[in-house]
Amino acid sequence: MGESIVITSGKGGVGKSTSSANIGTALALAGKKVCLVDADIGLRNLDVLLGLENRIIYDLVDAIEKRCRIDQALIRDKRCDELYLLPAAQTRDKSSISGNQLRWLIAELKEKFDYVIIDCPAGIDLGFQNAIVGADQAIVVTTPENTAIRDADRVIGLLEKEQVAPPKLVVNRLRKQMVKDGGMMDVDEVVSVLAIDLLGVVPDDEQVIRAGNTGEPIVYENRNAAGKAYRDIARRIQGEMVPLMVLDKESNVITKVKRWLGFA
Amino acid sequence: MDMGKTLKPGVTIKGTKDGLFFFLDDSRPFSDVLADLKEKLENSHAAHIWDGPDLNVIIKLGKRQITKAEEIAVRELFSVRKNLIIQEFESDDIPYLLGGEQDLVIKSGTVRSGQVLIHKGNLLFLGDVNPGGTIQCTGSIYVLGALRGLAHAGCEGDTNAIIVASVLRPTQLRIADVISRPPDKWDESEIGMRFAYMIDNQIVVERIHHLGQLKPELEWKEGRRHF
Repeated sequence: MGESIVITSGKGGVGKSTSSANIGTALALAGKKVCLVDADIGLRNLDVLLGLENRIIYDLVDAIEKRCRIDQALIRDKRCDELYLLPAAQTRDKSSISGNQLRWLIAELKEKFDYVIIDCPAGIDLGFQNAIVGADQAIVVTTPENTAIRDADRVIGLLEKEQVAPPKLVVNRLRKQMVKDGGMMDVDEVVSVLAIDLLGVVPDDEQVIRAGNTGEPIVYENRNAAGKAYRDIARRIQGEMVPLMVLDKESNVITKVKRWLGFA
Repeated sequence: MDMGKTLKPGVTIKGTKDGLFFFLDDSRPFSDVLADLKEKLENSHAAHIWDGPDLNVIIKLGKRQITKAEEIAVRELFSVRKNLIIQEFESDDIPYLLGGEQDLVIKSGTVRSGQVLIHKGNLLFLGDVNPGGTIQCTGSIYVLGALRGLAHAGCEGDTNAIIVASVLRPTQLRIADVISRPPDKWDESEIGMRFAYMIDNQIVVERIHHLGQLKPELEWKEGRRHF
């Protein structure tokens, strides 16, 4: 019996789908059987990020309405044997499925997979409500911006009403330079406002956008910091204790001396 | 007052080395007692008795219990005599305030965006109130945590309600019917515990150590008698 994890944020464009694709891929690379479920019906993206758009035959709504078996709708990833995608329907909208139907589908998938990752649509209306009913756990993605944090806070409140397990936080697109000059909130500030456990911090990197456009999740890039951050998140999901990556690598001689003298 | 009847006075005053005891008769309506007290304190003939060095005052209520509003009424009457300092109110063997102990309820958690915490009475909240979150009480609000959202104290009209927070960074403060918005930019020096109260239909924020001056009934001083 596997575990279902919903990835949500409230606000759009903070990196839910990117995080879903990367966390799912990282878990699969670690040898787990993973199914990614795109619950954003009508606005599907996850297939594009994984480069699987052209392989879709059946989708989530087909499976729910029993026009096909669930395994017929699953698409195996082109690089990872243990990673599958259940794509959203593009021609329907969010009202075409109910929470109970999705709960059934997720329960079926949990029988066959170690992890079922649900990519939640933005907003807090029907699509969101449906996406969270089948989830055992939740990951809230936010960027260090006030607007995203407000929405994340609202979503955490809603999740706490529904969910058994308290949600975990991923801070996405952190720019260390901006944090340094005061133009961006630092991670501690975000965590102190949202008051939930931090699962990971992903640095801002244009390489992530490039990777998304080519359908190659950034976790495949071994040397990329964002990819490493997602791999660390996947390890923490599996229960490993992994220290947070030090984003600021400028521990040069002067700061070392300062630290040694007790100034920094 | 009827001249025919001989009533014992509504207020009897006794001087001791600890200060002045004001015995308020518990057998007649409190409004009569207040009228008597007002006369005694404001009577210009007796002014020479009152004007002098600071004196501690203990109010003895007998078997009577009073409301917070009645306590405030007594304190207002005493405010004309600056040298008379009320140390405490006492009833015989019972708490002097009606409703027994002060109704301070403790709750903890996080009030998140979109959530509203409503409470009747005074509330001690252990946790944060985030932007977009609301905490609303008929009495005062004490937040041990960061108040970043909206706090509405005295929401049924109690203008004496106050709002206290370890970190007072609200999006908006309301006391009774008055609404105030903090400055758009926070002064970084404004850290530490603060409280908000209402005066002249305006909400004012002060450092916590000013609270005793504004709410003498709350102030603790070393060496005072307590109950």
